[in-house]
Amino acid sequence: MSEQEKKESVLDKRSSRRTFIKNSGLTVGGVVLGGALGSLLIKDDKSTTHNTDTQNHAKTPIANPNIALMFFTPNQYQITQAAVERIFPEDANGPGAKELNAAVYIDHQLAGPWGSNVKDYRLGAFYKAEENQGPQTKLLRKDLFLAGLDSLNKYSNDQYKADFKELEATQQDEVLLAFSEDKVELYGKVSSSQFFSLLRTLTIEGVYADPMYGGNNEMVGWSMRKYPGSRMQYVAEIQDEKFIELEPQSLNSHMGH
Amino acid sequence: MVTKLPKVPVVVVGMGWAGGIVSAELTKAGISVVGLERGKDRTTADYAMGHDELRYQHRQELMQDLSKETITYRNTVSGKALPMRHYGTFIVGDGVGGAGSHWNGQTYRFLPYDFEIRTKTIERYGIEKIPAWMEGLNDWGITYDEMEPYYDTFEKMAGISGETVELWGKRTNPYPTPPLVKTQLMKEFEKAATSFGYKPFVIPAANLSESYTNPDGISRGACQYCAYCENFGCEYGAKGDPAVTVIPVAKQTGKLDLRTHSNVLELTKSGGKADGVIYVDMLTGEKFEQPADVVVVASYVFNNSRLLLNSGIGTPYDPKTGKGTIGKNYCYQVTAGGSQLFFEDREFNLYGGAGALGIEIAEYMGDNFDHAEVDFLHGAGIRSTQYGDRPIAVNRVPAGTPAWGAEFKEKSIKYANSNFPVKTQGASLPHKENYLDLDPEFKDEFGYPLLRMTYEYTDNDRAMGKYMSAITRKFAEEIGADIIDTNEVQAPFNVNKDGNTHNTGGVIMGTDPEKSALNTYLQMWEAENVFVLGASAFPHNSCFNPTGTLGALSYRAAEGIQKYLKEGGLLVKA
Repeated sequence: MSEQEKKESVLDKRSSRRTFIKNSGLTVGGVVLGGALGSLLIKDDKSTTHNTDTQNHAKTPIANPNIALMFFTPNQYQITQAAVERIFPEDANGPGAKELNAAVYIDHQLAGPWGSNVKDYRLGAFYKAEENQGPQTKLLRKDLFLAGLDSLNKYSNDQYKADFKELEATQQDEVLLAFSEDKVELYGKVSSSQFFSLLRTLTIEGVYADPMYGGNNEMVGWSMRKYPGSRMQYVAEIQDEKFIELEPQSLNSHMGH
Repeated sequence: MVTKLPKVPVVVVGMGWAGGIVSAELTKAGISVVGLERGKDRTTADYAMGHDELRYQHRQELMQDLSKETITYRNTVSGKALPMRHYGTFIVGDGVGGAGSHWNGQTYRFLPYDFEIRTKTIERYGIEKIPAWMEGLNDWGITYDEMEPYYDTFEKMAGISGETVELWGKRTNPYPTPPLVKTQLMKEFEKAATSFGYKPFVIPAANLSESYTNPDGISRGACQYCAYCENFGCEYGAKGDPAVTVIPVAKQTGKLDLRTHSNVLELTKSGGKADGVIYVDMLTGEKFEQPADVVVVASYVFNNSRLLLNSGIGTPYDPKTGKGTIGKNYCYQVTAGGSQLFFEDREFNLYGGAGALGIEIAEYMGDNFDHAEVDFLHGAGIRSTQYGDRPIAVNRVPAGTPAWGAEFKEKSIKYANSNFPVKTQGASLPHKENYLDLDPEFKDEFGYPLLRMTYEYTDNDRAMGKYMSAITRKFAEEIGADIIDTNEVQAPFNVNKDGNTHNTGGVIMGTDPEKSALNTYLQMWEAENVFVLGASAFPHNSCFNPTGTLGALSYRAAEGIQKYLKEGGLLVKA
């Protein structure tokens, strides 16, 4: 296969994978479900009528067993989906953080040891920090995140008389901007920018971490930026003056070595 | 309850590069060594799933668990220090190999100027060139020529790749392996550097450029440029790491009693010497006392100072009087003055790389240029590197781009493979109020005080950063980037943001027991059977990664310890 052919075939695979994601049950392009499960999976809950026919549950093509919640309530999950999509929105490059399952990733991270700060120093008193000393809060990441979600809704209702996930994208952006600029009281003395910073970090991780963590659906986060994932060597590529695009590989490809 | 164990000749605290080298050298000479390591044992098999950016880089898989111990930090002597509660700037290794497992592999020698910095500065510019606050700037007590054989030994053991550079000190031998390959961005830098009349060189690397068998008979394969060095272990063993070099050699002798999960809490002492150490098994909580003829303290920079201070060995440094030595001359690394280049229609294979892959010039290092007309001392390497850009960590966008949202996404993807830096790595010289001591309030999980860091960038750093920014800008313009963002200002130090983990000083070497804690064998002036190894021994940090010099000094210390076991007494007269 020539270099050019190789490149084209890679691009073909990439676009067909995108098409697959757009059309597959992962994001529920076609089938619309009711009940708690359905509301979790609805792509855009404002644009569709809910069908509460429970028979459809059996037909749900849940291809990815990573998509289930360890931590969030369905409503918290939906707020998170809406928020991550504004941090990393769908555009001409491809899907946004919502379709890449960043909210699933966040749910899994907050459920685990990192969400409970188990490797952080937690002893002694928590004083107010100078700017250069880094955050000093007793609040665990999982609790900070939930306080942030509550606060997103409260602020949205104060400003726009609706929950965060119901707002227009531009309104959601304004809410998030206010949070990022510390203009909102969150919980106790905790600043809204701390929550925002956590949300941003988790969104970027959810888009770009190995898919085994639940986000970066089908490695499309990687392919959008032509990142080949976790391949074992680039001895030839690194010496080539031209850019060489490679199809991404996940850690799963290292199993059995 | 503390179980007292039988006395041994040598106990080593910490099994990174320093502890590993000493253990290998002593056991090869037939001396029994007990090696205490607070983390677990590691081999390349531990890195089978090593290409996991989240786990290793962002969840710090190979790093010390901060829930058990951290540092506290303040910018000034009058401030209140607060704990670094999660990782920001410093990453502290844990487990066999220590920081030598997760490092990038950039392996430099320091300059002849570094070792005699006070003398040479005064010779060329007069005493008034050294500001009062930099009083701690001193010669190391050893010259480059005396250090050269130790550098040579370290480089041969680790298989360092590189090319001879004129503006450094003389080498008796070429590097044991040839330099790493040149990538397109390195060629761009090289072309610009050559057009200015500079002599660019490929950065010396512990990422092997070819298969190599070292003098100990350890064979390792070549680097595959997989881009997972910094924060990661090398599954090929291509990266020089104590766990694939000196520690297996020490194990093979049968003379190394390696005890993992063994965290040393303090040194015990009597009559001006150490008796041994108290350590705790981190899995079971059992405590042990290990008596020894010689105690080698070879943990990380921070814990070296902390262990001595918590044990009451050596005199703590007092920034008010300038008296005392433990905690003195903490130095860091200055990286202000870089330029970030963005290209509209060029893409580079930035997903590949190696931790030490890069190109650099030496013309602005140390005293390689005239400082008569500038208001700072020492200098910086001007360099471009290609570590491999991982997507969570690296999202470079032009200045003014929002940190999130539609524009962020568009630009971060657009430039993901269309950018690179021309950056600086500058020396950090001592300030009398940059130092380490014990925190008066915060404790570790066993109730021992945490180490307190008081640190801020100095006028020297700010002036140097500004000066270097003009040079990196010049490079960027010559290379022809479409957008160039140059950072001219050194911002205040931020313990959760600054991106460097080169820490030095605290237990420094020298010729005068009033001004230094150690002699040039890294033997303590105030406790002759205690040797304190690591970058903690550097009186200042040069414009280089510290490991090469740390390794060379460890070989010298190993020589000193053998001499001490035979003869006793101070190995250097004060």
